[in-house]
Amino acid sequence: MEEKQGWFDSNKNLVLFLRIFYASLVVLLGIDFFIEKHPDFAFDGAPDFFAAYGFISCVMLVLIAKVLRMFLMKDEDYYDD
Amino acid sequence: MIELPPAIFFLIAAVIAPILPGSLRKVVLLATPLIALAVVHSIPEGPHFEFTFFDIDLVMARVDRLNRVFGYIFCIISFLAVLFSLQNNHKVEASSAMIYAGSALGVTFAGDFFSLYVFWELMAVASTFVILASPDQRSSKAAFRYVLVHLCGGLFLLAGIIFRLHETGSVAVEFVGLTGLSSWLIFIGIAVNAAIPPLHAWLKDAYPTASFTGAVFLSAFTTKSAVYVMARTFPGTEMLIWLGAIMTFVPIFYAVLENDIRGVLSYSLINQVGFMMCGIGIGTPLAINGAVSHAFAHILYKGLLFMSAGAVLYRTGKIKCTDLGGLYKYMPFTCICCIVGAASISAFPLFSGFVSKSMIVSAAGHGQLLVVWLMLQFASAGVFHHAGIKVPFFMFFGHDSGLRPKEAPWNMRIAMGMGAFLCIGIGAFPQPLYNILPFPVDYVPYTGAHVVGQLQILMFGALAFALLMLSGIYPAEIRSINLDTDWFYRKGFKGLYNLADQGLNSINEICNRIIAQGWTKKLNTFFQQGPGNISMIFLKPIWRVSGISQDDQDQRAAKLLEKFRHSSFTIGNTALFTAVLLLLLILL
Repeated sequence: MEEKQGWFDSNKNLVLFLRIFYASLVVLLGIDFFIEKHPDFAFDGAPDFFAAYGFISCVMLVLIAKVLRMFLMKDEDYYDD
Repeated sequence: MIELPPAIFFLIAAVIAPILPGSLRKVVLLATPLIALAVVHSIPEGPHFEFTFFDIDLVMARVDRLNRVFGYIFCIISFLAVLFSLQNNHKVEASSAMIYAGSALGVTFAGDFFSLYVFWELMAVASTFVILASPDQRSSKAAFRYVLVHLCGGLFLLAGIIFRLHETGSVAVEFVGLTGLSSWLIFIGIAVNAAIPPLHAWLKDAYPTASFTGAVFLSAFTTKSAVYVMARTFPGTEMLIWLGAIMTFVPIFYAVLENDIRGVLSYSLINQVGFMMCGIGIGTPLAINGAVSHAFAHILYKGLLFMSAGAVLYRTGKIKCTDLGGLYKYMPFTCICCIVGAASISAFPLFSGFVSKSMIVSAAGHGQLLVVWLMLQFASAGVFHHAGIKVPFFMFFGHDSGLRPKEAPWNMRIAMGMGAFLCIGIGAFPQPLYNILPFPVDYVPYTGAHVVGQLQILMFGALAFALLMLSGIYPAEIRSINLDTDWFYRKGFKGLYNLADQGLNSINEICNRIIAQGWTKKLNTFFQQGPGNISMIFLKPIWRVSGISQDDQDQRAAKLLEKFRHSSFTIGNTALFTAVLLLLLILL
């Protein structure tokens, strides 16, 4: 099959994609101040709590996984006799 | 319509399909799930097909609101999986998949534990053959480990059922609860199939080795029929809350490191079943509804994700992150379906996971289970991170792998398209799904706070992914495997074998040296030569006194010792000796 030009091959499109992404983040941070909350706990009604929690969770996830890799990673043929 | 248990149709199809010519076989395989779906829909609530066997009341089908939902979804996913599989002409896989789907329905509708057990084992054996049918060389060994684990789990279940029959006199499939030995055995048996850690490693071990179609079947039945049985027998069991939360938590770390796309999907499958277990453990009507609806939604989007991975495997022959990338240009339809599946598993608003998973998380919040709630939210961010972003990103975007495949065949596109349609349909219009749940639903998923909160978790999770990728902190894709609990029986048992080999054999060696070679030999020598030597002590002085020459004495001694060694005394001598001995005894 011949080479195809994809939407993301254009730098302009990639920049546009990232701008929309960052803009949506800003909108999400701003809009949270105007939303009626029904918190179950003392802290989850705080503005932008979920943004912070989502970001920190993912960073923690990757950092812990990186540490775990040191102990868990083996060659693909580790179990072969 | 003739009333028959829904499982029967699949079992009949499994038997007749292999003898039918190609196109007719495909028609039969496609029609079977649809007929079964109609039967599941039309069969009235209550017990059906009852009979007594050795004083035990067997009920082949007891239908209520809890198991009918599972019946629907098992038939729907069977249809989609068969439609997806038309290119695969492996007759053993097709028939095994039919038995597998049928026995999952059998488990779902079984009214007594004995019927349930029979279908449970049938499911284990049939799914083993689905794995064995794969062209992947790893599959035969993986299938062997898979069936051993499941037969072991099945034995726990059987022992529990028999103990329970003795304790309560009942085999009805109903609430059990963790009370005594029998209930623990049943619990462990179900936990093996539900892949609750540390009994989960079979799933990641076996599913990635299945054929491009086999994994679609495998992803649907074993774990979700166990979810149903758990919801039936152990709702409100507090331990399940914690096991479920751990189950959502642990696999995501593995998924981040995993190189095989279907390995990533296997870990995210375990993670999603963790949400269901947690909901069953919480046990409130909201939580049970959440667990059941999440199972329904999950079967569809997980099937969709395994189909898109299967389509890529079918077209490229590759399935590892390190080998794939940039395929969105060549398989755009598959890519969009994969993204729909990824958005659904990540619980994006307007996708199916959002309307089901949020019920479980809300139930944890309403119950003031703070730590569990935090764990579930962490896992929600995590699942987006690996299943939501990693799976589509490494297959369809990322670096250009140089692969230039054709788009998936028409039937795969229709199967994936229908799956994607259902994922969005359920997400956008959840009410039809809510209407068939076990309890009346008083839950509104689309509130401003909920939508914005969920979007924040997901989008800022995505931001973290982007930043970690750009900064090079994100762990690079490496051709590797990661140790999991299957290490214990893959390497640990080998160690045990070596320990037994060397330990027991060296004990054997020592025993041989001391007892067989040492003591026995000495005893033997003693019994051979002892009597002769003792006789010499008495005879030699007598010979010497009698004046017999030294040579003569030596000759006589040698002759006598020889006789003792072979016990070749003539009867006369022996009789004389015995008589003298007796006389001495009498006299003394």
